[in-house]
Amino acid sequence: MTKYNSHILVCGGTGCRASQGEEIVENLKQAVVDNSLENEIQVVRTGCFGFCEKGPIVKMIPDNTFYVQVKPEDAGEIISEHIVKGRKVERLLYTDPEKNEHITDSKHMGFYKKQIRIALRNCGFINPENVDEYVAREGYAALGKVLTEMTPEEAIKIIKDSGLRGRGGGGFPTGLKWEITHNVEGKEKYVVCNADEGDPGAFMDRSILEGDPHSVLEAMAICGYCIGGNHGLIYIRAEYPLAIERLKIAIDQARELGVLGKDIFGTGFDFDVELRYGAGAFVCGEETSLIHSMEGLRGEPTVKPPFPSVSGYKGKPTNVNNVETLANIPVIINNGAEWFSAIGTEKSKGTKVFALAGKINNVGLIEVPMGITLREVIFDIGGGIKDGKKFKAVQTGGPSGGCLTEKHLDIPIDYDNLLACGSMMGSGGMIVMDEDDCMVSVAKFYLDFTVEESCGKCAPCRIGNKRLYEMLDKITKGNATEEDLGILRNLGNVIKDTSLCGLGQTSPNPVLSTMDNFPEEYLAHVKEGKCPAGQCKDLMEYVINPDTCVGCTLCSRVCPVDAISGDKKQPHVIDTAVCIKCGACMEKCKFNAISIQ
Amino acid sequence: MAEIKLAESKVQELKEVCKKFNYDKSELINVLHAAQGIFGYLPAEVQEVVAEQLNVNIAHVYGVVTFYSFFTMTPKGEHPISICMGTACYVRGAEKVLDEFKRLLDVKVGETTPDGKFSVSSLRCVGACGLAPVVTVGEKVYGRVAPEDVKDILAEYK
Amino acid sequence: MDIVKLNIDNKSVVVEKGTTLLEAAKSVGVEIPTLCHMKLHDMNYENNPGGCRICVVEVEGRRNLAPACKTECSEGMNINTHSLRVVNARRTVMELILSDHPAECLTCVKNGNCELQTMAQKLGIREIPFEGEQSHYKEDKSPSIIRDMDKCIMCRRCEMACNEIQTVGCLSAINRGFESVVSPAFEMDLEKSTCTYCGQCVAVCPTGALSEVDNTRKVIAALVDPSKTVIVQTAPAVRAALGEEFGLEPGTLVTGKMASALRKIGFDKVFDTDFAADLTIMEEGTELLGRLQKHLDGDENVKLPILTSCCPGWVNFFESNFPDMLDVPSTAKSPQQMFGAIAKSYLAEQMGIKREDMVVVSIMPCLAKKYESQRPEFAVDGNPDVDFSITTRELAQMIKGANINFEELDDEDFDNPMGESTGAGVIFANTGGVIEAAVRTAYEVYTKKSLSKVDFKELRGFDGIRAATIDFDGLPLRIGIAHGLGNARKLLEDVQAGRSEFHAIEIMACPGGCIGGAGQPYHHGDTSILKKRAAAIYREDEGKALRKSHENPFIVKLYDEFLGEPCGELSHKLLHTHYFDKKNKVELNP
Repeated sequence: MTKYNSHILVCGGTGCRASQGEEIVENLKQAVVDNSLENEIQVVRTGCFGFCEKGPIVKMIPDNTFYVQVKPEDAGEIISEHIVKGRKVERLLYTDPEKNEHITDSKHMGFYKKQIRIALRNCGFINPENVDEYVAREGYAALGKVLTEMTPEEAIKIIKDSGLRGRGGGGFPTGLKWEITHNVEGKEKYVVCNADEGDPGAFMDRSILEGDPHSVLEAMAICGYCIGGNHGLIYIRAEYPLAIERLKIAIDQARELGVLGKDIFGTGFDFDVELRYGAGAFVCGEETSLIHSMEGLRGEPTVKPPFPSVSGYKGKPTNVNNVETLANIPVIINNGAEWFSAIGTEKSKGTKVFALAGKINNVGLIEVPMGITLREVIFDIGGGIKDGKKFKAVQTGGPSGGCLTEKHLDIPIDYDNLLACGSMMGSGGMIVMDEDDCMVSVAKFYLDFTVEESCGKCAPCRIGNKRLYEMLDKITKGNATEEDLGILRNLGNVIKDTSLCGLGQTSPNPVLSTMDNFPEEYLAHVKEGKCPAGQCKDLMEYVINPDTCVGCTLCSRVCPVDAISGDKKQPHVIDTAVCIKCGACMEKCKFNAISIQ
Repeated sequence: MAEIKLAESKVQELKEVCKKFNYDKSELINVLHAAQGIFGYLPAEVQEVVAEQLNVNIAHVYGVVTFYSFFTMTPKGEHPISICMGTACYVRGAEKVLDEFKRLLDVKVGETTPDGKFSVSSLRCVGACGLAPVVTVGEKVYGRVAPEDVKDILAEYK
Repeated sequence: MDIVKLNIDNKSVVVEKGTTLLEAAKSVGVEIPTLCHMKLHDMNYENNPGGCRICVVEVEGRRNLAPACKTECSEGMNINTHSLRVVNARRTVMELILSDHPAECLTCVKNGNCELQTMAQKLGIREIPFEGEQSHYKEDKSPSIIRDMDKCIMCRRCEMACNEIQTVGCLSAINRGFESVVSPAFEMDLEKSTCTYCGQCVAVCPTGALSEVDNTRKVIAALVDPSKTVIVQTAPAVRAALGEEFGLEPGTLVTGKMASALRKIGFDKVFDTDFAADLTIMEEGTELLGRLQKHLDGDENVKLPILTSCCPGWVNFFESNFPDMLDVPSTAKSPQQMFGAIAKSYLAEQMGIKREDMVVVSIMPCLAKKYESQRPEFAVDGNPDVDFSITTRELAQMIKGANINFEELDDEDFDNPMGESTGAGVIFANTGGVIEAAVRTAYEVYTKKSLSKVDFKELRGFDGIRAATIDFDGLPLRIGIAHGLGNARKLLEDVQAGRSEFHAIEIMACPGGCIGGAGQPYHHGDTSILKKRAAAIYREDEGKALRKSHENPFIVKLYDEFLGEPCGELSHKLLHTHYFDKKNKVELNP
């Protein structure tokens, strides 16, 4: 193996790749060649660094210089300045927004300071397409340790003692799940990795699979040994082509290395993994739906019990864990249960990965210890609200979760606290909203999603969510009454109480939590016919203030429907009959002359 | 709808796929993925071949095809446009962008323009939330798209 | 046996482990309402997707409500089946279901017989607080079945019946969420699918989403037309079930009242399909013996086993599923069609009327008979042998519509010559009955000995697949019986693979045979009704003076005067048919 002096890590996550990340890699490689440095410097396309807001990201090893928003044309300069002349490229360094000074090492950035990366430990460090790099960071050591030094019971005990809970939504204790599947009689058992991450706005599993696929394979093999199964199946969204490609490469490499396949480490234990593709159905995140989908059926859930641990894939005992849960396993085995359980709160141990997005300065993927507060996440890591606006709400748990508000900001984040607030951990989407977001519309957005994703098997979810959506729509159009709010709440409660699977049992959460936390906003819609956030199109009009309008014509030029007229240097007027209320004019107006009424 | 004549070579390719999967019924979804890869979409005639090869009822195949949003029975446009409607994109104005595409192309979500040039679909989170709102046209990704950019994006393909 | 103890509505209950809350509650007299659930006891089929959520109950310590139909009892459970929380949830779910259901009860075919309507009444739903989009689908009318899926509540019973019981597999849930519905592939019409019209989907549908094509208006139009002579035939299974529509106990025989009612309605002649059943035995039995003899003589080309062919659902099934075996079933037409063919030739001639002026109506327990009567091969110059086939249910409707007080009717006899029948013709209604009738005749013809005992109890029963060997005076005749198309498929696959050991196989498409036909009064999941009907049929058989088809004097006369001999030239022309390869009936891009 060639020993390189320096490595240049380029983020290969989907977001950065979408911003010409591939060209950056190519140009850097070319620049390395141009400077005859190919024996000293290696350009590595890694998994996601997490700091998507500032992507594409390039990190220099060993000095840890962190370049942000790099463009392909910057490649030459990075090589000639940073590598050849030893001078940092100042203009590509991250600028601390508060102190307004450059920060070179990511460790000192607000975004990274409070993070602890366990599940994401290798994302942004290693080349996910090279198993050697995984092995160099203790990869497959845990599998070796489990197979050669432990009984399945001992390994399960470590996972149980660590306090690890399922990261896919429900938070069921992982060790206990393994133990149950272990205890069920059965010659043939299956290990299933749920990689059907379907929450809109959540991409943590994708980042792990793209950045560190071997950690998942290793964990699956460990799980197989513990429960007594030799077959692993990864159910992955077909919409994740990069993750699929990297998984395929990883599986091939693992087989070649002998950590998958027959007689692993000479212990007589066989384990192999194959891929099954999802096809665009959110409900398939539910274990029983997922299993039916893998069996070639419609992804409809069935009533539990029987749980998959008893009767799962092809009727055999099956252990289903999600990607992030599995990514924690090898580290826990290597570092011990105590090490892991020292992190977090009493009932929620370890860390959680969140996809931080919305109206926030630092959009990205973060991993934080359980028990951190929302305030720390949003303001310290997330850098606060975009454009200096006011924080209004944060939605956690995706379509199953709820909207939390100012008063929840100092509550330590863990499974139970979020549930108590009417939201949930979910898979870890965290969407921040500001004063311009209408909470009724947000609830409607989520219900639109649920209506589209309901499988249709049970009546409350199939019809109830549709009716919830229709009632929210009525509210946003100003046609609802206060009585409707009562019906809405009862309906939401009944859907939660009677639906067959997790999808319907949680789908009213966005409605109920916004009703609880923003009652005045609902009342404003139904009683006064007003949308305080100015988002509901039917309840507003765009108006140009003739006193402040200088007639610059910019608004009339951006208007997509030519609804704005007026002579140059004369106040303009919006024809409300034509206006589609897209808001483009207001965004462009430099004189604050356009307002919503 | 006129009956579609499937290209024999493609049908053969599909049969090979079924064979590769051992004609295993539980591989139906993987087979359908492959079929959509070969034909670009899943017209009735393709589903018929799959049903026959895997020895499952055609009604069952259709039930599965219509369950999963990834499968489509209508051919996509020459330039398939996808607007990410993940939450991050939504709160950053994706709906307005989608509306603008629908307005300019005069199609609904899931439809293809009569000239077969563009099809518009919404999808849930491409995982590029840092670039929200995100639009993809074919393989190309457009980040931080505003409604007024839509006209220019379309112009690139006309 | 493991037992568990629990409390349901403060009543202590002890049940076997594995019992559902629904069953446990029932055992102590607590009826939990259900909608999608249907347990067909004697057939070992249960539809409980847990989808309607009407049966939810409160389980102490559980976060959400539990569906009683799918939740197993466990030790120490405390169940409340009617807490405020439960009642409110149940009512709200019902309101939701009704909010996506057309309020067309007045003109709905299921009015008064609809499980959804009954439930709405039971829960006291008077208004629906939800307004919004309603599902709308195009109506699909086939020769036998109408699908009006606007009324579908996604109970999935039809899907279960079509796929699991019948293995026809022409129905599947499609789409998802609010758009989901049960449909043939590509939402094609049933007529273009592989549907056999067995109608078991209709038999289990709780609402008016699936129903039979109603021919009663056409029948009435023919009755009031003075230029037409309208004659009627009644299938054997009808007399054992019709009474249920008038509140009589299941299993009550109403043969005489039925004949009387038909006369009161205005039919010119009231005949019996049982007569044609006797005729079928003459033809089918002769064909069986012919093939058997050839087989015994060492002819290797002869097709054995012979399969019965009186069930039209079964005929449709093998035409589309086993087109390589079209020469295996008997070529004998079904009794309905034999009746029509004789009526419009022999009888019309005797009555001195033209074929076109005679209208033959059949009362059948069956939906596939409607399609069968419309097969082009069963018509002469476009004039069908059987003009209209109506179901037991439709007849009941006609009787009610004619303001006839059914219970007070006196028993009347059928008209002759085509009203006379033997007990062998009667038992055609039950699974095993056709083959028993055939054995009674074939035995005597083959052995030239008289049967001392005509009851072949070894051929009777309710098991889906049965086998028996009858000693034909030294020749062990091996007989197979299947009812329900899923069971038929199993026997057929054996025949196809050449591993069947039977000489003859009887197949009926519907569970229980014709007594469980899709045109019979709805059993609403109570399959004990089928057994009571079957028992009634055997009672009718026992009460008959003649119990062997070849002893029916009018059959003897028919051969003497008209047909000549069984399987003779005229018989072949009038009483036998041939089958078609319908495998590729599925038309794409409808």
